[in-house]
Amino acid sequence: MMELSNSPSAQAMLSNGIVVSLLALGGLAARAVLRNELWRAAFARVLGLRRWSIVVLSLYVAVALLDSVVWVGGSMQSEDQVASFEARSVIDRLFVDTTEKGYSAPMARVEFYDKSPLLHPQRHLLGTNILGQDVLYVTLKGARVALLIGGLTSLITIPLALFFGMTAGYFGRRWDDLVFFVMSTLASMPGILLLIVLIMVLGKSTVSVCVALGVTSWVGFCRLSRGETLKLREMDYVSAARSLGVSHGKILLRHILPNLMHLVIITFVLLFSGLVLAEATLAWLGIGVDGSWGQMIAVAKDELSRDPVVWWNIVPAGAALFGLLLSVNLIGDALRDVLDPRTWGSQD
Amino acid sequence: MLAYLVRRSAYGLFVVLGVIFFLFVLFFTVASPDDIARQAVGPKAMPEVIQQWKVNHGYHLPVWPGAGHLSDNLLVDHVQRMIAMDFGKSDADGVVIWERIRQGMWPSFFLTLPMFVIGMVASILTSLFVAFFRETYLDRWVVALSVLAMSIPTLLYIIFGQFIVGTLLRWFPVSGFDADPAVILRFLTLPVLIGVVSGLGSSVRFFRTVFLEEIHRDYVRTARAKGASEMRVMFYHVLRNSLVPILTQVVMEIPFLFTGSLLLEAGFGIPGLGAATFEAISANDFSTLRAMVFLGSLMFIVGQVLTDIGYTLVDPRIRLDA
Amino acid sequence: MLLEVKELTCSLRLAGQEVPIVDGVSFNLQAGKCLALVGESGCGKSMTALSLLRLQPKVAHIVGGQVLLSGKNLLGYSVPQMYQVRGREMSMIFQEPMTSLNPVVRVGQQVMEAVMLHEQVSKKAARSRSIELFKRVKIPQPEQRFEAYPHQLSGGLKQRVMIAMALSTRPKVLLADEPTTALDVTIQAQILELLRELLQDFQMAMLLITHDLGVVNQIADDIAVMYAGRIVEQAERRQLLTQPQHPYTRGLLGALPGRAAPKAALSEITGSVPSPAHWPSGCRFRPRCAEAMERCGHAFPELIQLGETRVACFARQTNQEDR
Repeated sequence: MMELSNSPSAQAMLSNGIVVSLLALGGLAARAVLRNELWRAAFARVLGLRRWSIVVLSLYVAVALLDSVVWVGGSMQSEDQVASFEARSVIDRLFVDTTEKGYSAPMARVEFYDKSPLLHPQRHLLGTNILGQDVLYVTLKGARVALLIGGLTSLITIPLALFFGMTAGYFGRRWDDLVFFVMSTLASMPGILLLIVLIMVLGKSTVSVCVALGVTSWVGFCRLSRGETLKLREMDYVSAARSLGVSHGKILLRHILPNLMHLVIITFVLLFSGLVLAEATLAWLGIGVDGSWGQMIAVAKDELSRDPVVWWNIVPAGAALFGLLLSVNLIGDALRDVLDPRTWGSQD
Repeated sequence: MLAYLVRRSAYGLFVVLGVIFFLFVLFFTVASPDDIARQAVGPKAMPEVIQQWKVNHGYHLPVWPGAGHLSDNLLVDHVQRMIAMDFGKSDADGVVIWERIRQGMWPSFFLTLPMFVIGMVASILTSLFVAFFRETYLDRWVVALSVLAMSIPTLLYIIFGQFIVGTLLRWFPVSGFDADPAVILRFLTLPVLIGVVSGLGSSVRFFRTVFLEEIHRDYVRTARAKGASEMRVMFYHVLRNSLVPILTQVVMEIPFLFTGSLLLEAGFGIPGLGAATFEAISANDFSTLRAMVFLGSLMFIVGQVLTDIGYTLVDPRIRLDA
Repeated sequence: MLLEVKELTCSLRLAGQEVPIVDGVSFNLQAGKCLALVGESGCGKSMTALSLLRLQPKVAHIVGGQVLLSGKNLLGYSVPQMYQVRGREMSMIFQEPMTSLNPVVRVGQQVMEAVMLHEQVSKKAARSRSIELFKRVKIPQPEQRFEAYPHQLSGGLKQRVMIAMALSTRPKVLLADEPTTALDVTIQAQILELLRELLQDFQMAMLLITHDLGVVNQIADDIAVMYAGRIVEQAERRQLLTQPQHPYTRGLLGALPGRAAPKAALSEITGSVPSPAHWPSGCRFRPRCAEAMERCGHAFPELIQLGETRVACFARQTNQEDR
């Protein structure tokens, strides 16, 4: 759909720009959390409960970031002259000059099927795939794709859903009827089918997939925030604020929004894992994002029926996917337990 | 209560219309008939070829109503056909879509119905069991396992299930389907099993939360004070009160029963509606996809209306206020 | 003596320690009489009642003492044996009638359940018995109300249903945990009146948990005052209300509006109830006590009979010794 300038430097700038803004966003969020005592205590608890999950997740994030910091140019001694004119990331550069002709087992010296000697013997920790690419390399690159799908889509979906849900719940009547109707319509279409249909129609680029994922997932949180807002609207302190003449906007921002934040965080984390899972499903159906672990798994599925079995393609991708989902789910669970308002009184 | 039923059904109808309109916008404006034609015959085809394709498939009319063609346009055509459930022919191979649905319905049903029933029974029983042993090691282990199980994507379940049970252990065939009652179990057991297992993780977590919420309520304490055994408390009092969320969950699964599990059917070679959808994707068969989405939505909306009625039966508070 | 409680101790794991939130509580219940267990929120009175039926929450454990019902120690019973005690020999009614009844089952059914759990009777017999009970607890139009759902009844009616449920098997002991706190004052009086009557007719023993001294005055025969898990004073009603001995009891009664001279400021007890994790050593009331002595910080005052009252206070003991 959206075709930005194709030049490598433009791509590099975009990618680096996103990295910087994400880091900035993260910094701001961290500062907001540390300032507030309740939040700080909550996050400290989660940190204690889920130390390992956070470490693992940080590793994923680190790899993804490393793969997003790109620049053009570089070593001229590479075999692939064309590559030196593309925007390549830190990860790309670590694995430059490692392509073989075909399959090879992990840490092998020879090709898998015809037993001819490898160009880079014993350099491939996880072997190579059908195109001769180092499996470790391809797996690491998948991290960026996964976080892009999960994280970026959530970052866009959640604010939108929040906006619609909050305003629908707060202002009610016509606007609420409209939002509710749209929600009902979208929600009545089976998720996967709607996703497929959207991708078929919008195209198969990364952006389209993200948009499609967003459209199918905003309804859940919209409903949730609408419901909560309806309850909050009846609270005495909102009536008090209204009677004092506080404007609707201020009430939404100062009284309603902060009380929805715990839902935002929990939804963000759980949505993230749901989206990554959904993309894996799409990859299985042939319409996933290029380079994702789901795609690796889908492609590698047939290799398990070969004889001898080619397992080193599917195992890292599967393990990487599982590791990401598990740590995110564990953190999400802990967050849900900690941030449940009902447990906020019992700090004795 | 009759008024409520009528209101609810009327709203359901509105939503159906909404879906029809949404599908129209999606299929005819976001992706124009020209795009679809080009995808079918090739991007470099001559305009006449494209036009001919459009005429063959009924896409040649103007998209929106306008002067001179108030009823002779794609919008009206689409709406009429959807309401009549006349899905026409497949864009890919010209087969009448209803035929394909009729054929694919049964294999899907044979797969999803047992999966649904067994899955539901298994998760409810497991969750009740776990709620009974709440705050013991058993509970913690089951929760940990559920999160683990939830984090494994369905495709991995399918792949490894096929690999271990089919290829290594050779207990069941890896794929294929034969409706002959003598052998049908051989082909269905593995996919049903994998379908159930892959969904257990999230179901158990959900039901466990529901049951635990109920079990801490005051009326449960009263029941115990009356001398009710823990078993009775769980299976009668708690379960009875958990029916509303359980019902909600059940309804969400209904369209699934009909549209078939895409992944399972594609992975196991079961020729159901899910497989048909899968083929439609690779063949860019928009009309089939459109039909599937519409059918799924219809099922879901009907299911929702039924659940709302079900709520009134199950929870007297809702019934008498409706 | 229907129920003898001896040194009942129930503890909770808080901040890494085992804290006895019910600490060596002892009392007796007699047929036709009501003992009121009085105290502020968090003093352990509800937990005491729950412990008698072994319905305490999972995080609390009964670690010592005896609960003798007609001579047999309930604490030694197995769980299935307890199923036979609950609702049959000893029943309990709770504070919140709104939430204490199963919302999706008709109230009549719930009373029938109480009967059918313990006796082999036909549904018809259980039904007629339940309707009789409805009449007994003065529920108007009992046959219609039988078919009602809890949310269709008022708080007072719901509490009457609870009482009917509790009495359906003619228990020996009735535990009532703040039965009237959630009700309007006028209904409160009616319910207490009803309980009083039933107590006499059925010759039951009743343990009434409350923090409301007005309720105590209406219905109790004896009063026990609890503070921080221990009983600090116990006496017959009139005795305790007119001649309170323990500083805490005096403080509570002194804070009642009716007793103060007109236009005088209400006396208050300084400080606030400490949480179980922060109980002081020695007498737990010491930090708030106007009569605190050196002794009070070092040891627990035991509950000792001093005249007509049993009191746990070194100050009173000293008074006694001085005589």
